[in-house]
Amino acid sequence: MSMAKARQPSPQPSRKQLLEFYESMALIRAFEERFVALVTQGKLVGTGHLCVGQEAVAAGVCGALEEDDYVTSTHRGHGHCLAKGVDPNEMMAELFGKTTGTSKGKGGSMHIADFRKGMLGANGIVGAGMPIACGAGLTAKLTKSGRVAVSFFGDGAANIGSFHEALNLASVWNLPVVFVCENNRYGEATPVEYALAADHVADRAVAYRMPGVIADGQDVVDVYAKAREAVDHARAGEGPVLLECETYRYYGHFLGDAAGYRTAEEVESFRSRDCLILLAERLRRDHEVGENQLDGIRAEMEARLDEAFAFAEASDDPALDELTTDVYVSYP
Amino acid sequence: MTAEERVITTREAINEAIRDEMRRDSSVILLGEDVAGGAGREAEGLADAWGGAFAEYKGLQTEFGSERVLDTPISEIGYLGAAVGAAATGLRPVAELMFVDFIGVCLDPMMNQAAFLRFMSGGRAKVPLTLITHIGAGIGMAAQHSKMLYSFFTHIPGLKVVVPSSAYYAKGLLTAAIRDDDPVVFCIHKLLLGKQQHVPDEAYEFPIGQARIAREGNDLTLIGAALTTATCMEAAEVLVADGVDSEVIDLLSLSPLDEETVLASVRRTGRVVVVDEGFPRCGLATDVASLVADKAFDHLDGPVKKVTAPHAPVPFSRSLETAFMPSATDVREVALQLF
Repeated sequence: MSMAKARQPSPQPSRKQLLEFYESMALIRAFEERFVALVTQGKLVGTGHLCVGQEAVAAGVCGALEEDDYVTSTHRGHGHCLAKGVDPNEMMAELFGKTTGTSKGKGGSMHIADFRKGMLGANGIVGAGMPIACGAGLTAKLTKSGRVAVSFFGDGAANIGSFHEALNLASVWNLPVVFVCENNRYGEATPVEYALAADHVADRAVAYRMPGVIADGQDVVDVYAKAREAVDHARAGEGPVLLECETYRYYGHFLGDAAGYRTAEEVESFRSRDCLILLAERLRRDHEVGENQLDGIRAEMEARLDEAFAFAEASDDPALDELTTDVYVSYP
Repeated sequence: MTAEERVITTREAINEAIRDEMRRDSSVILLGEDVAGGAGREAEGLADAWGGAFAEYKGLQTEFGSERVLDTPISEIGYLGAAVGAAATGLRPVAELMFVDFIGVCLDPMMNQAAFLRFMSGGRAKVPLTLITHIGAGIGMAAQHSKMLYSFFTHIPGLKVVVPSSAYYAKGLLTAAIRDDDPVVFCIHKLLLGKQQHVPDEAYEFPIGQARIAREGNDLTLIGAALTTATCMEAAEVLVADGVDSEVIDLLSLSPLDEETVLASVRRTGRVVVVDEGFPRCGLATDVASLVADKAFDHLDGPVKKVTAPHAPVPFSRSLETAFMPSATDVREVALQLF
């Protein structure tokens, strides 16, 4: 099914926008690689679910959103947070469990949230963000705020009940919600072709009477164009859209997963279509952006991460009485 | 009839509480399965056919429209999750879970999302969500539609749990729940819905976290909640003939629990029976008994006694179902063991 009505073709992103996408993707890449380095060096204890390889989805979709639009995210959510404008200093401090973190160190990697940025939370429960996005969409609809809610989820979550209930509800109530599937081909250690009884996640849109669209998740321009159309559709009151972005995660399910369920050749074939490389080629080809400028952006992002790490390291651990605060607004 | 004499059912009290809050605050919405009924058939005059499976919400959709009184698909994860998202973004939803037994298909939105969002966001989020759900046996609906399960919710930090015992407390606690900035689970026993009581016409709050002394006495403390408050009252009257002067505590809130009211009474009477229609293991009665043993042991003249349902599913057969539920006779027998 295609979008309900013919509309203006999405504007091609400008040179400035493309450079912003590059910056956004480079920041996400730098953040994740810094996280890996810190864990490897023993400076940070723990693990996390890395989105290296998937940056174009976060950057392209969030690039189509307004600042006050809502996002619900997943356990693999660092990229969504950064692309939605959450402060890298606060995010890094959260990973260190520091009191200056986005959640005062109480949430950690899987629960980064920043309501000031419309970021309603990463989520440790697969599929849980989709119904919550319906609720944010309901608020937008009833208060006529004009906001849109985007719910990121993985291909694994396309098989859990909350996916089906949320898509049905969003359609029945005609909510301004865009469901963005990051199909990275694996739900933990299980390949999508084993777990999904469909050729594409987007095929399921027809069952819920909404448009289903597939984007090349390695090409930020394609993601942006299709996300833009979906967001405009939702914002115009025409209902929800299911947008599937075909992508890949270079690391395993979590940091430390040797990913023995896939071949090195497969990983290499996806790395050759890396989102940063594809965008760099486009910038060189169409906009005469030199390699120096791109090197400069990546160096800038590394410097940004130096700052974030310094901020996190210098921050305090939470006081022990924080153990029982923020549980309730009030508890007599 | 003067306002003071006005008597209405618990069902009507619930309707009034929601109606008054929806009139007062445009962010209050009601959603759930068949909370109106006949969805989409407004034009044919067929909408608002039910007003909920137990008819508490009759007329609300007619007054407030289908934008604020929303029938949902049979889709508890979907609409309870949506209620969490709506609450976190500025609405004040009242969601209904028709039978508490259905929490088995949708615990996540309450347990991992509503309850923890505030903590997980470092205090930046709030989730002013009220969940109304029906509890208890007594109407012949057997194992999957008759449980109490309020202990499930009480176990979870971040949730508040209220259990009214009559129409007056239903209206006051529901009003308080809707105005509260935390998620509140409002558990109403099905057998209370048709019971009548004097209820003030105007809106009022009964404080969440406050128990009440339903009957004053000196020899024994009987503790009940929901329907077992009435069971305790009945037992207290019977025990008069045994020469026992019973105090009855109606818990009303399970989280927060009014520990002081319980402990003050037990310290004075020295004897306690906790009466709970829930299952006996890791349940309400066990929790209150543990509190008393921990904090009032030196004042006790005998063991902390419990009267609960058996460790068995709720049966269908009328005779078995009656035997399943704590009775005044059960309470009297156990109470007399303390003398």
